[in-house]
Amino acid sequence: MQRMACSFPDEVLEHVFSFVQCDNDRNAISTVCKSWYKIERWSRRRVFVGNCYAISPDMVIRRFPDVRSIELKGKPHFADFNLVPDGWGGYVAPWISAMAAAYPWLEEIRLKRMVITDENLELISKSFKNFKVLVLSSCEGFSTDGLAAIAANCRSYLHCRNLRELDLRESEVEDLSGHWLKHFPDDYTSLVSLNIACLGCEVSFSALERLVGRCPNLRTLRLNRAVPLDKLANLLRRAPQLVELGTGAYSSELRPDVFSNLSGAFSGCKELKSLSGFWDVVPGYLPAVYPICCRLTTLNLSYATIQSPDLIKLVGQCQNLQRLWVLDYIEDAGLDAVAASCKDLRELRVFPSDPYGPEPNVPLTEQGLVSISEGCSKLQSVLYFCRQMSNAALMTIARNRPNMTRFRLCIIEPGTPDYLTLQPLDVGFGAIVEHCKDLQRLSLSGLLTDLVFEYIGTYAKKLEMLSVAFAGESDLGLHHVLSGCEKLRKLEIRDCPFGDKALLANAAKLETMRSLWMSSCSVTFGACKLLGQKMPRLNVEVIDERGTPDSRPESCPIDKLYIYRTVAGSRFDMPGFVWTIDEDSAMRLS
Amino acid sequence: MQGVVGGGAGAVSGGGGSSTSDASMSTVSKEDNPVLSSEDSSSCLDESELELGLGLSLGVGVGACKAQQGPRGGQYARILTAKDFPYVGSSTSASVSSSSSSSSSSSSSSLSRANVTAGTKRSADSVAAANGASSQVVGWPPIRAYRMNSLVNQAKLPATEVFNSLIVKSRNSNPAVGKGTSNACVNANEKGQLRSSLFVKVNMDGIPIGRKVDLSSHRCYETLAQKLEDMFATSRSGGEEHDMMVDAITPSKLLDGSSGFVLTYEDKEGDWMLVGDVPWGMFINSVRRLRIMRASEANGLAPRLEESNGGQRNKPI
Repeated sequence: MQRMACSFPDEVLEHVFSFVQCDNDRNAISTVCKSWYKIERWSRRRVFVGNCYAISPDMVIRRFPDVRSIELKGKPHFADFNLVPDGWGGYVAPWISAMAAAYPWLEEIRLKRMVITDENLELISKSFKNFKVLVLSSCEGFSTDGLAAIAANCRSYLHCRNLRELDLRESEVEDLSGHWLKHFPDDYTSLVSLNIACLGCEVSFSALERLVGRCPNLRTLRLNRAVPLDKLANLLRRAPQLVELGTGAYSSELRPDVFSNLSGAFSGCKELKSLSGFWDVVPGYLPAVYPICCRLTTLNLSYATIQSPDLIKLVGQCQNLQRLWVLDYIEDAGLDAVAASCKDLRELRVFPSDPYGPEPNVPLTEQGLVSISEGCSKLQSVLYFCRQMSNAALMTIARNRPNMTRFRLCIIEPGTPDYLTLQPLDVGFGAIVEHCKDLQRLSLSGLLTDLVFEYIGTYAKKLEMLSVAFAGESDLGLHHVLSGCEKLRKLEIRDCPFGDKALLANAAKLETMRSLWMSSCSVTFGACKLLGQKMPRLNVEVIDERGTPDSRPESCPIDKLYIYRTVAGSRFDMPGFVWTIDEDSAMRLS
Repeated sequence: MQGVVGGGAGAVSGGGGSSTSDASMSTVSKEDNPVLSSEDSSSCLDESELELGLGLSLGVGVGACKAQQGPRGGQYARILTAKDFPYVGSSTSASVSSSSSSSSSSSSSSLSRANVTAGTKRSADSVAAANGASSQVVGWPPIRAYRMNSLVNQAKLPATEVFNSLIVKSRNSNPAVGKGTSNACVNANEKGQLRSSLFVKVNMDGIPIGRKVDLSSHRCYETLAQKLEDMFATSRSGGEEHDMMVDAITPSKLLDGSSGFVLTYEDKEGDWMLVGDVPWGMFINSVRRLRIMRASEANGLAPRLEESNGGQRNKPI
């Protein structure tokens, strides 16, 4: 019998496989035959674990013995909005310990919504001789002392390979002192990317200047708010090769010398494509960036509390803009201007300047988004906070932009109907899912009945992530989504009247998804127990700070539910307010 | 996986077994008043009466088991559904079109329902305070804390001043919130400070895992202490030590140190102070994090006022 798979030596196969980087493709390769599985697992260098509790570190290490880059995600997305109590989990410690022993050549660690301590950071800094990239996105549990350890040990004398990237993206860091930056050795020159925008304290500015000055490959520098504007020019002059810059506070007394210095410094940055920062903006200093606007592809003004006319003047010059994040101060008029000038726009995010006010404080309505959808033919990704919406507008947007892949609309007041007809917004969102056939991510808001879920289940066949709040009427809504959305991976629901029936009826579906979050819904503890007992490959976590669910009748709704598929069984680090149920039908406590 | 929800929409309501609210279902709450949550309602008694006055039904409090009664057997007064907002005809009270500011009292009542019924954990005074605002619901609108903090801390714009006066106007025109409004909320609004949330870390000696508490949902030390008691009562640190701590912590004991634990906080300058000595507003502005400390370790903590007025404090240390 011909055995085709053996006609090439392993080395050749491995070389061929090295051209395949995408996880799905590599997973497919590994299922062809045993020999391909073996070759593939030895040559897999990058692993992505979307839920750190779905698998144990040992299982990953056993399968892939020589990994150089790992990405882990911990808490569910709603943790961003304080819905997950502190102490829930997401600890990276067991992963770091296991990898310190098994992957001495690990180069990259990327974490999202995980808890990492100073001890963990120290272990990282000492264990991996070739360490290059550390990205901590929305993480917490560490302080500037941990950063000092990373900085101090970033150089490997043996191999002269050094840290390239330190990115603290929106993490919560305990600011003990700004001196950690001084721990970068004087002969350390390999920095490529530094993002400290989330830090509260002042970092040692002279150390920062020297660091920036001696790293010729630095292309990304995101400063924190504490870096004053009058120091920015000097930094820029030391790093004219920068591609991405985040300013500090963008305010200073208006002085012509400071202005011209800054303007000159910006003009010298011929590669600059991305700008962010802009806290406390003094509008008089905005023109300093005008010289580079035409090259900008990304502009994040979401902290800039400047008014529409200034925003229009700025954005009007950014003809090559692809990504714009801005506050609703831009107003409908500003979005009209963007639609006219930024023909290459792919992503728009409009954040509310006053989300808790009862009345709109700026004239930003659905009209702004409609204009953008008309003028920007490449628009794919939208996050839009507003206070009114209509089905007509949504239908227009859907018809204009069938290429939309991410659509997140947040109408600030829960349950807001179509302001023109006072009808629910079912039909509008229905149009979105019907026309945008490649829609991957959708967030709903406003007044919605079960009908919108019927549309979603019927049309949103490529949908991977759905966020629902204050919507629906009955379990039928949830059932439509779970039974209709074939590609659904993440579903997060809050404050909806969904209960046990749809959940239990679609239990098998849950094993095809990464996770399901339901809070302030009507799921009972009895249903959770049933699910936990019947589905051994799901972890059914009941999060309830009111005390043990057993003290309440089984028909009483639980507070929060987080279900995720796993091959690692129940986790061992659950805090007191998380209950899980496993096959032996005993209630397990942490 | 079998087909399930037969019949038309609305036939199946959430919460299997939803039915009557037995008396037994509402005994979970530790307090006598079923409307108050034992968990973290910071409202004092008169505010709970305010809630009742706004037409809320019993069993609405977060601590009580969420009673399942109502016309549809669904989540009446517990979860907002589409049917809570009849959109046919504007004369009904539940229209919440945000584009009109006219129906202030009706929108406030339905929104007050929204506040509590959406499973929120906010105090009733913020119900009164932000008429029509969604600040009362935890995690809504979905904006990250650092973003909100950055907006709060930036220089005020004229828009904000206009907005503040709107707040005052709309509050005054709302009969439902006229009398019951606590002083605390009035102060908060007059200062023009609307904080969405102020989460600070809390650690308790002997419990490895820290928690976070939202200080902006409290208006006085007593409710904060109550919240902390509830929080750490559900922590499991194991065995006798744990029970001792649980028994020891009651609000009054925590605040006066007679439980063997004292509540302390770290201020902006990095000093550790006893909680309770300065006015609440001052505390809020300077607190960075909290620690429930064993009394034996709390030597040397001096309340700020002791230095300024030279008086002797009577707190056991």
